[in-house]
Amino acid sequence: MPDHPAVLVDGLVMRYGDKVAVDGLSLTVEPHTITAVLGPNGAGKTTTLETCEGYRRPQLGTVRVLGLDPVRDRRALLPRIGVMLQSGGAWSGVRAVEMLRHVARLHAHPLPIEVLVERLGLGECGTTPYRRLSGGQQQRLGLAMALVGRPELVFVDEPTAGMDPAVRRTVWDLLEELRTDGVTVVLTTHYMDEAERLADRVHILDKGTLVASGSPLELTRGGTVATIRLVVTEPFPPGAPDSLTAALGPGTEVTQLDAVSLLVTGPADASTLAKVSRWCEENGVLPESLTLGQRNLEDVFLELTGTGEVAP
Amino acid sequence: MNATFTPAPGAAPVPRQVLTQASMEARLMLRNGEQLLLAIVIPVIVLIGGVRGAEKVDLSYGVDTFTPGVLALAVMSTAFTSLAIATGFERRYGVIKRLGTSPLSRTSLLLGKVLALLVVEVLQVAVITGVGLALGWEPDVSVLGALAAVVLGTAAFAALGLLVAGSLRAEATLAAANLVYLLLMAGGAVVLPASAYGSFGDVVTFLPSGALGEAMRTALMDAGIAWRELGVLLAWAVAGAAATARTFQWE
Repeated sequence: MPDHPAVLVDGLVMRYGDKVAVDGLSLTVEPHTITAVLGPNGAGKTTTLETCEGYRRPQLGTVRVLGLDPVRDRRALLPRIGVMLQSGGAWSGVRAVEMLRHVARLHAHPLPIEVLVERLGLGECGTTPYRRLSGGQQQRLGLAMALVGRPELVFVDEPTAGMDPAVRRTVWDLLEELRTDGVTVVLTTHYMDEAERLADRVHILDKGTLVASGSPLELTRGGTVATIRLVVTEPFPPGAPDSLTAALGPGTEVTQLDAVSLLVTGPADASTLAKVSRWCEENGVLPESLTLGQRNLEDVFLELTGTGEVAP
Repeated sequence: MNATFTPAPGAAPVPRQVLTQASMEARLMLRNGEQLLLAIVIPVIVLIGGVRGAEKVDLSYGVDTFTPGVLALAVMSTAFTSLAIATGFERRYGVIKRLGTSPLSRTSLLLGKVLALLVVEVLQVAVITGVGLALGWEPDVSVLGALAAVVLGTAAFAALGLLVAGSLRAEATLAAANLVYLLLMAGGAVVLPASAYGSFGDVVTFLPSGALGEAMRTALMDAGIAWRELGVLLAWAVAGAAATARTFQWE
């Protein structure tokens, strides 16, 4: 096992004009893990990824990928990484398998392309030119192109955007198999369930800095504080969070997540649970579900980034 | 037995990368109907139409003049118009960006493109020469002069094609590349000799189109080498390449 992280970003600053895209970001990616990078639009994810891929030169700070400088050591680094772009990346008139074979031939020891064609269902694309493939088919081809050179490290930008649920599951299995086989995976996604299910480590970015980092379990446990999530059948009456806070007493905090769900943070014990039930009864609201202590990644994300928008 | 995805990274040998890129680009060019029209159909129509038309109005130019001019036109259509349009859309579709993280270097990418152009040009020369000979063409050939004209003409027009493709949007590139092609075909002394343009004829041989046309005619009508015109093409190639290197945007 190498003695350096797969990816090291230290004090990275990137500005476009007077807009700061990345503001002193530091993070690492350990080898042989799946690491998810999350953040709202404009958080600096794509800029960071593109700096790791050697497309952009760091304005301040250091970026090392597999121990190499992505700009200076570009030619040594590129064969060792696989990149899946968010969109595009193939000639408009090319056929899927033809494109995959092309990228394979640029590498020394490519995967047999039949393996990827079969695993990602690219055979169905037949002789259709790239521009007429569906979004999901283009995504799968993009993933296949990232993997065909047998890289040590892959950067995948929203790998399952636009895919139907069955194909998504196939891609998840594939990414997990990559990790098992010794490949490091760095992914951005706006599906929290995807990050929660796949990632060993999650980095949450907001406004160009790292706001949280840890395993999904560490992040959702939120220290020692537990939670109760209350979902009701009809929208809450106005002022519900305040009235529930008053009913629960000190030491708890109530956050309204949307029209029909509230998150109670505090001691999630039988007494608190009883008070929540009683409050529902008194206010004539019918609980649809009452879930204990399972703050999910989406809750954490919304709390940290303070946005209702969950995007890559 | 290794697992399926066990890493085994590495770049293919550079010659294989260049050949792979060249064969892909040539195939895509020949598969595209519009490109084929530009590369083969239009030059052949110009050749047959020019020769037959000249016979009817009893023009002094015959197939011996038209065939070298149409060969020059074919080189211009491929090296300038086809290359510019293809590269413009490669930028649009993120192909160049994607290949930017593959083992293929920018130098290899350019070499692959040039090789693909030469493959298409060989096909064009074969077809146009065949049609010319069928129309009674009797060339007086300087192989060196003709080869130098094709190579330097390709270099000059490819540099200018990439200059357009690397700075304009794909649609603007499409329009500009076709417009310049039409203007040069009509007024650039490609198909017709510069002497046909009267007093404008001296100026027009300083255009890459006129220089290429004259160099081809010298090589295929008088078995000569048009040093001055080859020098003009070289100058356009160097200036175009320098401007492209400064302005080309890969995305």
